[in-house]
Amino acid sequence: MSTTAIPAGTKWWSGGKSPFNVSYGKVMMWYFLMSDAFTFGAFLISYGTIRFSVNHWADPNHVFNAFPFAGHANLPLAFVSLMTFILIFSSVTMVLAVHEGHNMNRKGVEKYMIMTILGGIAFLSCQAWEWTHLITGDHAVLVNGQIEHWGTTVSKNPWGPEVMFNGQEIATPGPIAFGGYFFGITGFHGFHVFSGVVINIVMYIKTKLGHFDQRGHYEMIEKAGLYWHFVDLVWVFVFLCFYLV
Amino acid sequence: MSTTTLQETAHHTSHGEAHGEQHHHETFITKYVFSQDHKTIAKQFLVTGIIWAIIGGLFSVIFRLQLADPTATYPWLEDLLGHWAQGGKLQPEFYYALVTMHGTILVFFVLTAGLSGTFANFLIPLQIGARDMASPMLNMLSYWFFFLASIIMMSSLFVQTGPASGGWTIYPPLSALGDASAGSKIGMDLWLVSMAMFIVSSLLGGLNYITTILNMRTKGMSMTRMPLTIWALFFTAVLGVLSFPVLLSGAILLLFDRNLGTSFYLSDIVVAGKILPNEGGSAILFQHLFWFLGHPEVYIILLPAMGMSSEILSINSRKPIFGYMAMVGSLFAITILAFLVWAHHMFVTGLNPFLGSVFVLLTLLIAVPSAIKVFNWLTTLWRGNIRFTPAMMFAIGFVSLFISGGLTGIFLGNSALDIHLHDTYFVIAHFHIVMGVASFFGMFAGVYHWYPKMFGRYLNNTLAYIHFWVTIIGAYLIFWPMHYEGLAGMPRRYYDFSNWESFKNFGGLNQFISMIALLVFAVQLLFVFNFFYSIWKGRKVTNQNPWNANTLEWTTPIRPGHGNWPGDIPEVHRWPYDYSKDGKDFIAQDVPVGADESKH
Repeated sequence: MSTTAIPAGTKWWSGGKSPFNVSYGKVMMWYFLMSDAFTFGAFLISYGTIRFSVNHWADPNHVFNAFPFAGHANLPLAFVSLMTFILIFSSVTMVLAVHEGHNMNRKGVEKYMIMTILGGIAFLSCQAWEWTHLITGDHAVLVNGQIEHWGTTVSKNPWGPEVMFNGQEIATPGPIAFGGYFFGITGFHGFHVFSGVVINIVMYIKTKLGHFDQRGHYEMIEKAGLYWHFVDLVWVFVFLCFYLV
Repeated sequence: MSTTTLQETAHHTSHGEAHGEQHHHETFITKYVFSQDHKTIAKQFLVTGIIWAIIGGLFSVIFRLQLADPTATYPWLEDLLGHWAQGGKLQPEFYYALVTMHGTILVFFVLTAGLSGTFANFLIPLQIGARDMASPMLNMLSYWFFFLASIIMMSSLFVQTGPASGGWTIYPPLSALGDASAGSKIGMDLWLVSMAMFIVSSLLGGLNYITTILNMRTKGMSMTRMPLTIWALFFTAVLGVLSFPVLLSGAILLLFDRNLGTSFYLSDIVVAGKILPNEGGSAILFQHLFWFLGHPEVYIILLPAMGMSSEILSINSRKPIFGYMAMVGSLFAITILAFLVWAHHMFVTGLNPFLGSVFVLLTLLIAVPSAIKVFNWLTTLWRGNIRFTPAMMFAIGFVSLFISGGLTGIFLGNSALDIHLHDTYFVIAHFHIVMGVASFFGMFAGVYHWYPKMFGRYLNNTLAYIHFWVTIIGAYLIFWPMHYEGLAGMPRRYYDFSNWESFKNFGGLNQFISMIALLVFAVQLLFVFNFFYSIWKGRKVTNQNPWNANTLEWTTPIRPGHGNWPGDIPEVHRWPYDYSKDGKDFIAQDVPVGADESKH
């Protein structure tokens, strides 16, 4: 951020200077994020149109009720809440890294970048566990009068409406769009988190090597931060669409 | 007099200064292949675009041969295409592949990458007074992603089952099911992967164009002093950056449907007596995603042509452009409306008629900014001191085609009429004239006008005039009759019309159209010859400002190096349209405003 005083009445748009002293890299990042928002928007709107055109949708309280090392305890949305907390917390450490960057405090930037990277890796690990649990899980499903045991995949949804069969309640196959959209969209988001972690690692190394001290500013950290916050923000919408409603 | 002396400018520190005139050692590889100079990248886009245009054009000639006489056989066709033209007769599957690839190539690879890629790269830094793009590195990557996309798309022509053949709009379920047709197999996957690369390229380019225009204008170049080319390229980039990602989403979901067994677009389908396990998806969803890109895409193609034509019309009429702010405003209006009209491609999909009527209204609203632009072009020409240079001929041709093709858009934008006209040759005629040929005319105008700046030589004028007259007369002769065929209900994409009594009488007309198409294609080869011949053998440019134009690119040396201006970047003192003002033929943008000068 520029520390020089800006005279009042500066003509920002008359050329010869960048409007509002924003660097081209930041402008580019903002436009990229707008573009990426359209990609996610297209995914989520597609999800919405299909979800509200089918009669039944899996109840997230049933689908997402497991927790690592907790056996068969019924803990609806507990794990995803932890994941969300981790991701939001990594955004907080990112803000702190950017703040330390403004103060030109290399040690501080390094500390908070490490924490942000660890947060990202932790989130990805949680997602890997959740995916594995869903895919390898086996749920009794009534298929053509036979009981089969299914996991949740892109082409199988064991969370359909329940019917009475031999005196007990048993699920029937649900709309297969569920798995496709869940894995497709959380996967695309996870890919963004992954690339964010890679970017943050590069930023960490550059900080460690003193590149930003030589340059005289830590703007790269700020740009990486913009991306990281965007990925967090998208998660809020993904969380809303798949876990809360 | 042209301004050969650079203005005394206060030394300002734009970002471009950092990589200004560095005469570091350049090898052949860094100078011509992995170059970061925007001018070289522009030429790379242009040459790649020309190669694609020849391939895409050749495809149309081959399928026009089929339409001219469905019974004829051409032995040389078998030599060229092998089993796709057994016995010298084009096979139906390959006919569809040719139609599909013709559309894909021309829409994306030529008129998007070839047009925007060339002129945004070439003109933005030169006309706003910057040493290069904001990020020359990303700019270079933009070309190489396009190159990668080109290689993948080109390789799909050589696979056993042939390239994608479900139409350039790749609607599922045809595109989603590998068993649906030969072209739905590996060719379709290659198409989707190639387009994903293409979208990355377009994104990298677009981000650069936007930030360069916003951040790197030279001193005095306020937004409202920018040439209209720059405004048009700016809105083009915004359209691309915000609409291509939606196609990316659609393409990713389609790839999943094809390869992972998902059902985003598929529902309750029986193929060859076999019930597929898919359920719950919606093929219409794909159409929404596709056209959310597909309609803005039309303007991504058209806006650069509009911008360049505005510039060339003003320069060669020796008059200021009429209604500069109205021109900018109408570009802006078109950009906004472009995002709000996509469903007019879907009137016959079972769209709610009320929703349809909303889209009719929004679609017809585009006529307003379009008409403003046409009015302003005509009033710019009005009583001008017109110089009929080849660039000017093509710019005038652009206006003519835009009017002719635009008027039929008013028919098609009405959902009631569209029910009859949908998927007929009327649509073919409409979009080829207004978007295809018109944009090509804008592109030709740009090439003829800026060729001296690109290569330091002129194109041959005689060949240029032949090129112009044959192309404009030929384009009207090809596409005008198609309106009548379409009104009579002749559907597009059919392999053979001779089986229908109602279309038999168009046989002669189809033959005529094909003959003209062949002729027009041959004349384009003449242009390609002129283009490459003149790079080495053309008449040399000796005048720094050969067209007596006002914009900054003509203040650079005849062959500008990397960094564009050997000294300081000139400062800008006025808008770019001071022609025939105060008794002076033209006053370049870097000339300070005189004390006794009148306002424009």
